[in-house]
Amino acid sequence: MAIAPERQRAIYEGTRIPHPVPTLLRVSDELNATGDILRVNFGPNHPSTHGVLRLIVDLFGEDVVGLEAVIGYLHTGFEKNMEQKSWWKAITYAPRMDYVSFQNNELAFVLAVEKLLELEPPAKATWMRTCLCELNRLHSHLIWLGTSALELGAISLFWYAFREREQILDLFELVTGARMHTRYFQIGGLAEDIPSGFFPEARKFVEWMPHAIDDYEAMLTRNKIWLERTEGLGLLSADDAIALGQSGPVLRASGVDWDLRRAQPYLAYAECDFAVPVFPEGDVYARYRVHMQELRESTKIIGQCLDRLETMEGEPWIVDDRKVVLPPREELHTSMESLIHHFKIVTEGFRVPEGEVYATIESPRGELGCYVVSDGGPKPWRVKFRAPSFVALQATATCMSEALVADMIAIVGSLDTVMGEVDR
Amino acid sequence: MSLEGVPGLVETKEAFGETTLVVDPARLQEACLHLRDQEGFNMLSDLSAADYLGWGAEGVSGYIGTAAGRDLNRPMTQGLQALPAPKPKRFAVNYHLLAVGPAPKRVRVQTWVDEDEPVPTVIEIWPTADWHEREAWDLFGVVFEGHPNLKRILLDDDWEGHPLRKDYPIGGEPVRFSEER
Repeated sequence: MAIAPERQRAIYEGTRIPHPVPTLLRVSDELNATGDILRVNFGPNHPSTHGVLRLIVDLFGEDVVGLEAVIGYLHTGFEKNMEQKSWWKAITYAPRMDYVSFQNNELAFVLAVEKLLELEPPAKATWMRTCLCELNRLHSHLIWLGTSALELGAISLFWYAFREREQILDLFELVTGARMHTRYFQIGGLAEDIPSGFFPEARKFVEWMPHAIDDYEAMLTRNKIWLERTEGLGLLSADDAIALGQSGPVLRASGVDWDLRRAQPYLAYAECDFAVPVFPEGDVYARYRVHMQELRESTKIIGQCLDRLETMEGEPWIVDDRKVVLPPREELHTSMESLIHHFKIVTEGFRVPEGEVYATIESPRGELGCYVVSDGGPKPWRVKFRAPSFVALQATATCMSEALVADMIAIVGSLDTVMGEVDR
Repeated sequence: MSLEGVPGLVETKEAFGETTLVVDPARLQEACLHLRDQEGFNMLSDLSAADYLGWGAEGVSGYIGTAAGRDLNRPMTQGLQALPAPKPKRFAVNYHLLAVGPAPKRVRVQTWVDEDEPVPTVIEIWPTADWHEREAWDLFGVVFEGHPNLKRILLDDDWEGHPLRKDYPIGGEPVRFSEER
């Protein structure tokens, strides 16, 4: 296992994963016999559950001695819906699952379909996707930071984080015309060329962002109240994190040096220069530190993407494959073949070769996988998303052992879950 | 990747740069233990079930083709695809394994079962399988034998049927209160 050896130390002895059900903290028989157990229902409509999560908590005094997470309140059958839509219509469903890191979700599905089609998007599309996915990571981390701090009483952080979030949404609007759920990634590349006004605005943002991160850190990193509410809480050891399938910031905060952007590079990450922050403490504070470091690293990557993209003026942004990609609008008036291709792709949709693939990316929440089966027809046979939030919530019972009820908000918040993605 | 020593291995498939190991469901636990302890696949990244009922039949929006290729005398034959190869049983359960560490690698373990045929649980091998197996039970009705808490997870406890099965009606959900006055 890849833990930095000089920082390696046991967070706790052995394993804390409950047995036999790993996601269920059961009240011990002795405690039950005292008759002092208070069962509290928390959620599903509670402002600090990051959506509609229900927790059934057994309390002994202020100690949490039993816990069960109940999910499914936002289940909308996205995967079933995607089976009924043609491939390019199905793209719109993916970003609506994790509505905070929408572009990353869109990317996972698009990459899976491109893998089946064996399509290689042009370099400009790859770098722009990298750029937007990193902007989206900033967006997602800022929402996490703002809401998690808000829940622990640091309300000013919320306004600061949403100030920069607004700038990111403005950038998305500039490029794609939509602030959220941009649907800018097309199978084979990008839906449109990058507007020329994007670069100066994005540059301004990249120059400003490090100062904004300094602001956040000045408010929290050495703040006594913040430290007391986060340090040593919600412990998760490296072995337990791997056994529970954790990924992303949760895994890196448990001392595991693992990031798919570096371990199994996709898009242009192999050519980007960035560090992977790892903190060995495995507590809420370590997760906060990982998020803050990632904000800085993502800003660096965006700068590198802009450097490359500015040299690509006039290059194609989507592959020239008329069986998959819509023909240019102006050709429809003069070319019969273009009109036929346009009609076929819009009505029936294009066909994707038979096969099954599993495409994975590092979304802001961790490993986002997309398993796609095609029968060779114009619609997916099966689409399954490996949602990092769904897996992260499985660690709730382990993180909550020996915790106080007041710390529950901090611990559940630190797992950074989006319920839309958990329930799909 | 040399994974010939996996217990219960039926077939190894290589496609799109991914390795799929088809494993006999009766020896699934043995195979998974071997992959975790001998081959270093310490993480179960994902567990996905898939229903292949009606696989290769004519689709709603178009015709797929014959075993030899396309049929020009039928409408909607733009595509060039032949019929997809038949599947051994109705349900496939896919385990996407990942080796977290300095030498990252992935493999897909696939096992095939028919309706009401149980799959042994891997919850003791990778605790993260808990909710994944509950989800596969909830949406597909695949039974995981030995799972200590196999109940619905995404749908209501009293939901009827398993909606991601291919024979589940679409748009057939009863709308509450529409007939009640």
